[in-house]
Amino acid sequence: MKTTITVNGLARTLDVDSRTTLLDALREHLGLIGSKKGCDHGQCGACTVLVNGARINSCLSLLAMHDGDQVTTIEGLGSADNLHPVQQAFLENDAFQCGYCTPGQICSTVGMLQEAADGWPSQVMEDVAGLVDLTEAEIRERMSGNICRCSAYPQIVAAIRSVAGDAA
Amino acid sequence: MRPFTYERAADALSAVKAVAENPGAKFLAGGTNLLDLMKLDIERPTHLVDVGRLPFAGVEDVNGGLRVGGAMVNSKLAAHPRVRELYPVLVRALVSGASGQLRNKATTAGNLLQRTRCAYFYDTTKPCNKRQPGSGCSALEGVHGAHDAIFGASKACIASHPSDMAVALTALGASVETLTPTGASRTLAVQDLHRLPGDTPQVETDLAPGELITAVLLPPPPEGGQVYRKVRGRASYAHGIASVAVAGGRVALGAVAHKPWRAAHIEDALAAGASPAEAAEAEMAKADRSDRNALKIALVGRLAAAAIEESKTRRVA
Repeated sequence: MKTTITVNGLARTLDVDSRTTLLDALREHLGLIGSKKGCDHGQCGACTVLVNGARINSCLSLLAMHDGDQVTTIEGLGSADNLHPVQQAFLENDAFQCGYCTPGQICSTVGMLQEAADGWPSQVMEDVAGLVDLTEAEIRERMSGNICRCSAYPQIVAAIRSVAGDAA
Repeated sequence: MRPFTYERAADALSAVKAVAENPGAKFLAGGTNLLDLMKLDIERPTHLVDVGRLPFAGVEDVNGGLRVGGAMVNSKLAAHPRVRELYPVLVRALVSGASGQLRNKATTAGNLLQRTRCAYFYDTTKPCNKRQPGSGCSALEGVHGAHDAIFGASKACIASHPSDMAVALTALGASVETLTPTGASRTLAVQDLHRLPGDTPQVETDLAPGELITAVLLPPPPEGGQVYRKVRGRASYAHGIASVAVAGGRVALGAVAHKPWRAAHIEDALAAGASPAEAAEAEMAKADRSDRNALKIALVGRLAAAAIEESKTRRVA
């Protein structure tokens, strides 16, 4: 079936099997292999992309559900010559080892920072009606949907704290 | 994944009719649970009716309470200023569930209708009466006991309902508003939405085929503190082994039954002047004891007592 999505600013129309997930559309049909297929069940976060600005697991969404949506993948955040501030922070903090989870970690971070800026609550807040302070505990909680098998968590938290601090 | 056809619903009534008239059809909204189960060959719909973009995604003030659209995503519901002001127990339950990514897709209605996380329901090499009626319940003699039901289970099924949100909604006395295939709408309490397993654990709710949850109605917040507490195998992003929602004098338990469990014995005991620990004991005395759930029964009782105690000292969940 025919679906049109805007990926990293470019309108793309695909006519594919209804079973095609957003992740498979990006990787197998559009050649955008930055988004990774880790578990394919929404448990690891390696497939995280931004849809209309919100982070989602692209493996648990059908392409057909996204007709007309704006999708941003890791390829759309920055380039090798012009890194996104979150990419730069991951580099400077050595926030990865093998790198497989990294595109998902970075897209998730971009979405998470916006959620925090918008004042969205988390379960580690003392008062869920209170203000968001991106402490280490908050970052770990808000990033719990992204698993790093190399366990680079201390560096990932440090990278995110450095960007969150710059943004504040 | 097995082949299926897909349509985006033009309006609610045509969506309801499309599902009611086709036994192989299912509603699709966020897809986070359904698509996962389709990949595992546990759910096998032949047709999906996408209701995710129907205009049921807002929050309105109604009679001192709120009306929440069924298609509103969990993250936006938790972040809504009125919800944070009036129902901290609901906010904390919502943000205790799943991950940031999943909450951005999972809807209010879909959260209520999510399937159990019983390990044997997911293991297609094992019998499961919920997945394949009549095949047997592997969990009865299984090794994964932490998520077992301890209230209202049957010989056919000891799976528990995994939602956090539904536990808070039960404590708050919320209802769902539905659209039926005749075009009529009806309202039923969240605590009456799900069934106990009995001999038909594959039938999980009292909704008719094609009946669509269009909204959740929250009554005015009760007098008294609101608390949500959850225990699980890791600090975040895991289903509960036990959870407790307290909203004033109402108490509900999660991950303990085939449905969010209204703790009527706790409520009665508290109303009669019992201490939180005595009230919790009154409920746990009615639990279905087995040779492997002593830990869970003790845990739920202590968690309930602690949550009730905490609710006396603060408004905030």
